Amino acid sequence: MVAAETRTKVLEVNDLSISYGPKTAMSGLSLDVYENEIFGIIGPANSGKTSFLRAINRMDAFDSQMNVNGSLRFMGTEVSAWRNDYALRRQIGVVFPLPVGLPMSIYDNVAFAAKLRGVKGKAALDEVVERCLTRAALWDEVKDRLDSLGSQLSGGQQQRLTIARALSQEPTLLMLDEFSIAVDPVTTMRIEDVLKELKKEMTILLVTNLVQQAERLADRTALFLNGSLIEIGYTDALFEGQTQDQRTKDYLEGRFG
Amino acid sequence: MSEKTLAPSQLDQRDASWYVDKLVQILMFVGGISAIIFIIGIFVFITKEGIAFLFEGFSFTEFFGSINWRPTSSNPTYGALALIVGTASVTGVAMLVAIPFSLGAAIYISEFATGRTKETLKVLVELLAAIPSVVWGFIGLSIMNEFIIEVFDVPIGLNVLNAGIILGLMAAPIMTTIAEDALKAVPDRFREAAEAMGATRWQIIRQVIMPAAKNGLVSAVLLGVGRGFGETMAVLMASGHAINIPTSPFDSVRALTATIAAELGETAQGSEHYGALFALGIFLFIITFIINLAADLVVRGIRKK
Ligand SMILES: Nc1ncnc2c1ncn2[C@@H]1O[C@H](COP(=O)(O)OP(=O)(O)OP(=O)(O)O)[C@@H](O)[C@H]1O
Ligand SMILES: [Mg+2]
Repeated sequence: MVAAETRTKVLEVNDLSISYGPKTAMSGLSLDVYENEIFGIIGPANSGKTSFLRAINRMDAFDSQMNVNGSLRFMGTEVSAWRNDYALRRQIGVVFPLPVGLPMSIYDNVAFAAKLRGVKGKAALDEVVERCLTRAALWDEVKDRLDSLGSQLSGGQQQRLTIARALSQEPTLLMLDEFSIAVDPVTTMRIEDVLKELKKEMTILLVTNLVQQAERLADRTALFLNGSLIEIGYTDALFEGQTQDQRTKDYLEGRFG
Repeated sequence: MSEKTLAPSQLDQRDASWYVDKLVQILMFVGGISAIIFIIGIFVFITKEGIAFLFEGFSFTEFFGSINWRPTSSNPTYGALALIVGTASVTGVAMLVAIPFSLGAAIYISEFATGRTKETLKVLVELLAAIPSVVWGFIGLSIMNEFIIEVFDVPIGLNVLNAGIILGLMAAPIMTTIAEDALKAVPDRFREAAEAMGATRWQIIRQVIMPAAKNGLVSAVLLGVGRGFGETMAVLMASGHAINIPTSPFDSVRALTATIAAELGETAQGSEHYGALFALGIFLFIITFIINLAADLVVRGIRKK
């Protein structure tokens, strides 16, 4: 595609297939994701976007139905070869489509991952909590009630709490799965600004249903359709119409179906 | 009048489903009310039988302060302290046995077991809950008795330890079922979110699931305690039935319930002894009522969240 890439590959995917029982959710997927880029994944429902994210942080370990085949390297090592899959998951922050405030205080929601990673002492945890909540554009709204239950925040606030929690893992890779479904447009914009900042420190995999969100944020974008990769390209180029597959052009222009 | 425009009076007809609905409402009401009436009736009956004693022979300090339960002596005394302590100590040991067993089983069934194993275990636990208490008493009287004598080298094996273990095993299945319901009620998205963060199974259970299910778990324990206070036959058979303030788990004791069961048949209706047994009954009723109420309030606490 492009002349010699020298950046570190955070993800190297080769001929990956994912199935649930007899049903194939993804097949023949090959792609690379580089350090410090925002990699957008777009595609209609049922295209296998979420399944791909689940395969990366080895959620198949909890789902006896789910089967992953092929090669999927994270930081140069096959994810299936990680001897401690919990340590793998601690490197990868995930934000789910629907907000999940854990049934503990706002403070503990954010401190949870930090504690898992071995951060000790109130001062250190306070610092993590404030930094992550600030980045997730939530600090001002909750700083006076850090002790109240995370599950009692509004949907949009819980989603930002989830983002703060993912950031508190200090992940190498941050995966966002349609994070803005339950968030208002103004807050979405604020979070998008945060993501642009964050990419200096980490790699971001952004699954989105909003084509414009990919346009605004992603350096490169991939289109998934019915469990296959259709096309990967530089976002700017794709949106300028330099697509190799007509289906990509149609999808980007909203003429699909 | 055209066929399509119906007058309001024609639209507003009571049809069969309306009557069925009303009938079901009435039946439900009668069913619900009769349960309440039975409970109140039982309380009234017990109180009526015990009331004469409460106003005549009853001394508060003797009942709660004396260990001398001598209803048949020529100068009868009715000190229930030893019986209360007996019941409490057996229940205490029972909870030491039942809490780890039932929580462990509930966590295993809810969080680890899958498919067949899970279903089989649930059925087994329910089967265990259905074993009649006299069978448990029999196990205490024969197997546990000899076992305790052998292992601990004590003269009698019918004691607090025996009755406590038996009662604990009896209470564990129902506690398991309730605790498992509470764990199951914790939504899977909490588990997934914590898994995705890299929490281990045990970290998830300890730090996410158990706190979320706390109220249900507490009420499981409280119901177990209620069961311990109220159980009669197994305790009667396994405790040694000796009036005694226990100083070690190997002392025999006598329980409130067992006293009522053993003595009621030998007393003349309306006698002082008869009234005293009903006073024990009132006391038990109040204690179990408080425990169940506490369990209920705790469960209500979950729903509010
Ligand atoms: N846990 C699961 N068990 C069984 N099948 C699943 C599971 N998760 C996903 N699938 C199946 O895999 C296919 C791909 O689903 P996936 O969730 O990856 O799509 P998606 O691209 O994320 O869609 P959406 O945009 O609606 O989120 C679907 O057909 C779905 O039914
Ligand atoms: Mg999805």
